[in-house]
Order: sequence, then C-alpha cells, then structure tokens
Amino acid sequence: MNFEEHAAKPVLRAAGIAVPRGRLARNGADARAAAAELGAPVVVKAQVPAGKRGKAGGVRAAGDPLAAEAAAEAILGMDIAGHRVESVLVEEQAAIAAEYYAAVLNDPASRGPLVIFSPEGGMDIEEVAASKPDRVRRAPVDITRGLEPESARALAGGFGPEVDEATVAEVLVALYRAYRDHDAELLEVNPLARLEDGRLVALDCKLALDDSAVKRREALASAGRPEPMTALEARAEALGLKYIELDGDVGVIANGAGLTMTTMDVITHHGGRPANFLEIGGEAYTKAKPALELVLANPRVKCLVVNFCGAFARTDVMTGGVLDAWEALSPEVPVFFSVHGTGSAEARAMLKARLGVTPYPTMDEAIAGAVAVTVTVTVTARAAAAEGGT
Amino acid sequence: MIVRGGERVIVQGITGKQGTFWTERMQAYGTRVVGGVNPKRSGTEHCGVPVFASAGDAMREAGFDVSVLFIPPLGVRAAAIDAIEAGCPRLVVLTEHVPVQDVMEVLAAARANSAAVAGPNTAGLVTPGECFVGFMPAFEPDLFRPGRVGVVSRSGSLGTLICLNLVQAGFGESAFIGIGGDPIIGTTTREAVEALDADDRTDAVVVVGEIGGAMEEEAAEYIRDMRKPVVAFIAGGASPPGKKMGHAGAIVMGDKGSWASKRRALEAAGVEVLDTPSGVGPALRAALGGPAGAAPSVSPP
Repeated sequence: MNFEEHAAKPVLRAAGIAVPRGRLARNGADARAAAAELGAPVVVKAQVPAGKRGKAGGVRAAGDPLAAEAAAEAILGMDIAGHRVESVLVEEQAAIAAEYYAAVLNDPASRGPLVIFSPEGGMDIEEVAASKPDRVRRAPVDITRGLEPESARALAGGFGPEVDEATVAEVLVALYRAYRDHDAELLEVNPLARLEDGRLVALDCKLALDDSAVKRREALASAGRPEPMTALEARAEALGLKYIELDGDVGVIANGAGLTMTTMDVITHHGGRPANFLEIGGEAYTKAKPALELVLANPRVKCLVVNFCGAFARTDVMTGGVLDAWEALSPEVPVFFSVHGTGSAEARAMLKARLGVTPYPTMDEAIAGAVAVTVTVTVTARAAAAEGGT
Repeated sequence: MIVRGGERVIVQGITGKQGTFWTERMQAYGTRVVGGVNPKRSGTEHCGVPVFASAGDAMREAGFDVSVLFIPPLGVRAAAIDAIEAGCPRLVVLTEHVPVQDVMEVLAAARANSAAVAGPNTAGLVTPGECFVGFMPAFEPDLFRPGRVGVVSRSGSLGTLICLNLVQAGFGESAFIGIGGDPIIGTTTREAVEALDADDRTDAVVVVGEIGGAMEEEAAEYIRDMRKPVVAFIAGGASPPGKKMGHAGAIVMGDKGSWASKRRALEAAGVEVLDTPSGVGPALRAALGGPAGAAPSVSPP
C-alpha cells in the first residue's frame, strides 16, 4: 500500500526526523490560507503516490499566498502517472545547503533490510547508482540486531566536509526504526536536506506499507491511498478476490497466481486476448460463485476459460461454486473447462451431471477452443458490419 | 530442500481444519507424521499422533526432521522460530500473507541455526511414491509418479500443471520443490536447482518461474555450468507491468523482473524456455532422448 507525502511524513516526525511545517489543501483558497498561515515563501506539491512529480509540473514554488493559490489551481486536477491530483501539500520553503538520499527497504537479495545513503539527493537514485556508483552506499542489516550506530556512521562517513557523519547517522538510525515500527517495505527520504544552519530536514518522503502487514497496522493503513481501480476491480476487492481488468475478450477463472498468469499467457500464445486476471486459489477457493459473476459482468467477455489445477484449492469445491453461479445466471457465453488435481474426479462427475460437459484433457485444448470462439465471433461481427455497410 | 520417505515430520497447527485435512492425506500417502503442535491441545492425540505444546517439546519427546506449518499469517514468526530454536533442520511454511519483516526474522533465525526454510507461500514438497509435506495433490496419479525429473516451482497450481504435463508425456518426478510466491523466501530458485543437481535420483530439472524479482536470473548463473539438462516455463509474459499478479512477488517494475529479462538470462545459460506448459514433455524428450525419466510400472502406494 502506498502513501502520499502528507500521509507518510507523520511517520518520520514520530521517529524524530524533522520535516517542514505544512498544510494540506484541496482547493486554491485553502492553499492561499495555508501559505498565509505559514507566513513565508512556500512550495506547493501535488499529492499522488508516485515519483517524478516535479518533472510532471506538480511541484511549484510560491513567494506569497496569491502565488500559492495560483500554483494550487494549476496543479489540482492534473493527472500524474495515472493518479488524479486531488490535494496539494503547502510547505514552508527551506534554506537548502545540500541534498542527500536515505532509504530503508526490504531486500530480496540479502533476505533482510537494506539501508541506502547517498550524498547525491534530489534525483532518481537508480540514475545516481548508474552514473556515480561510488556515491551510493548500501548496507544490509541483520534484522535481529537492527541498524547499529557504528554501521550508520560507516554509511555516512568518508565523504569529507559535505556530510556530517554523526547527524546523518542519527537520521539513518531513526529511519530504520520507523521502517521497523510500521512494517514498511520501503521508507525513502529524497531529498534529505542539510539546511544552511546544519540541521537535517526530510523534504519528501515515500512510504510503502507491506500489504501483508495491513492487519496489524490498521491506523496507518487508513491513511494510505488505494490503487486506482475500475468499478469491477473495486467490487472484487470488497469480495476479497484479486481481479485485474484487461482489454481482451476471453474471460478467465483459475486457481493460484501462477496458473492464472499462465492461462493468460497461453491465451495470448494461441492468438487470443484475456479479459481479466482472476484467481480463486488459496483462501479464496470457496468464492467461485461471486468470481464467475464478476467475470461475466464484464460486457467484453465472449467466452470463458475455467482452468483449475488443485493443490490446496480443491477443484470439487471450486467447480461446485462455478456450477451454482452458472445455474443462477444461465449465461450465454460458451465455457471451456480444464480441471486437474485435488478433487478432480468429483469435479468432473459434477460437471457431467449438472452441465453435461466433460473437461478438456489439457489446458491448451480448452484455451484453443475458447480462442477459436472469439475469432469466429469477431469474424462474424466484421462480416455483419461489412454487410451493414454495403 | 528435498524430503524423502521415512523422514520424521511434525505438523504445527495440526488441529485446525486445513491442518487436519492435509495431515490425514499426508499420512495416507506414507508421510511419517510423528506429532503435531498446538499449545492449547498438548497431551492429546490428533490424527493418531501426539499433540505437543511446542516444537521444542516435540523435538525432545519425539524428534523430527521436518516441520510443516499450518499457521495463520501473524502466528508464523513465533511458530517458525520455535521450530528453528528446537533444532529443526527443515521447515515448510505454507502460509500466504506473512508480513515480510516477520519472514526476515524467521530467515535470520534459520541462518543462525543452520536451518533451511521452504516458503512462505509454498504448496510444499513431494517425493512421489514416498511422501509429501504441505498441500500438494501427490496422491493424484495423473500428476505425480516416481521418475527422474526434478521440479522447482514458485507456484503450487502451476507447478501441479507442469507435473500433469510431465506425467502425460510419460515422465515422472524425482522431487517437487515448491519454493513459494512471496518476494522474500527461504529457499531460492537457485538453491532448489542446486539441490536437484546434487540429487542422484534426478536426471533433468524443470524450473517453473514467474515474473518479479531476480531469482530466475540468479539461477541461470548456476545453470550455465550444469551438466543435467534444464527446461523452464516462466509465467506472466502476458501480464501488465506495475501490478501485483496475485503473488506478492509477481510484479514487474520497469525491465526488472520482466519475463523478457528472465527468458534472456535462462536462454543464455542454455535452458529451453517453453511457450506453454504442454511443451515440457517434448523438450525433456529432446534433452534426455526418450522418456527415460519415467518409471511406468511403479505407482504410488
């Protein structure tokens, strides 16, 4: 789960890392009032859970309240990386002497936390790592010991007078603690500014909360920004199903993430286009009925592939759910089954008894059959359109 | 991370609905389950084996080689560390949605105690004809039968489909290693491939990967110098970038973790990367010269 800057910064403040004074505003008048209250030149920043806001024109300096209002009005409603800007953060401008980069994140390579520091802040860290690799320091942390002050000082040390190793180390230790206390998968400060008086201030903050930890971080999660979703995706989420709407016409129900992705791959391989990702594996295997209703609610769907290969997810339970929904909805789209694994003998018997169908012996055959339908439908539609046109 | 018949297994969370369902199936298949753990039911019997208060008690009183965890997400850290500190050499963590920092703590404890962990978010391990640990349908004869092909898979469902195709092509499996679909897991693709390379019952390896992370690329570094043939299928070629595709680990950011990057790395290491799972039989036949990996007359007990 991602957070906008204004929702992420309180995590830093609570850990003892300084952040600029700021106010959230949802319209120009609020932004003007915020700037007047802050009483100094301000920065007006688009609040979206995405990077590169500056490049998109979503961060603007304003010398007085009227300029802040104009900046907010220009920024609100912008589309940045697929997110509509609905609020801006108005913050006091800082007297910046230098900009650093600091982050803590979950690192698959070391299978533990990784702390990163660079004296080159304010730009994309991947670019710094590529162009000046010696300016980016990384330290894997033993999670049972945490980030120890000596390790933090080693990360910040050796850059000469441009980096005061003691103050930076303090921020790194606090940042690591905040990362641990909030189940972050990423906590990044870029830039971490050194002010002219030597203090360190986090000018921006990116926080990603581990989705698996939401249950024990409910207060924090309530401040997160949900992923942009289509109406069907939102309906699926409310049902506890993982559904992603795509632009094809072959509906997909499968169990398990790997098998569902593969079903989409094989549809593509046979020249078809999947209409959705929808998996009902794991704990969701009892939800076949609402799952089928979701897939069929997409008007683009011309046929359906039901692909089950049961391990934990029992194919008899999943098939029973699909049949219940099928009988309730009596849909007109053709359906192509491939059913193997746990409970498949019972599932096959159920399909035979209730729908009069026998699953295809292989997934490829089921999918090739489904793709052939969409091609036929398309050709027929084209022929009809051509006929209508003459 | 291979479990063979005769090794002693305990089930943490044995008394739950899924723990019970799968313990019965493991026992029926031949897995040597010697006990279970549930602090609230210690001293009783369940599925015909003693229930202990902790893995530590189970180790002292019964002894075991492998622990499999049927434990809810927020209980995994404590249960796994209990088993590791009891001296358990191998753990199979089935649970999905374990907080990643908990996983890191478990893996740190495992490293400190020289324990190996499969998962989290794995469907488990199978040695056809001998035993299975987890919730794999080892007992389905059209999916698993003794043979000489080792399978490594991030996904249980897709790994099962690959096994179906193997058996349909006349092959059988020497071992199935489910490593799990999470971004941070105990046994990586590379480590599982290394285990199968060292296994004298395995003649060829099938790597079942998916988009996200860099594990297939890391495995390719090792596979480059292997003598046993390796065939791979990577799921997610048709998935849109920037979205988590069901598995927390299955997300493409830029070119990192992309299907193209994995395919490139594996092909450069001499691996045949399949377009569809049904290609696995022909690819193995070409690599091994006929379904020599099959043992058609042997069926699971």
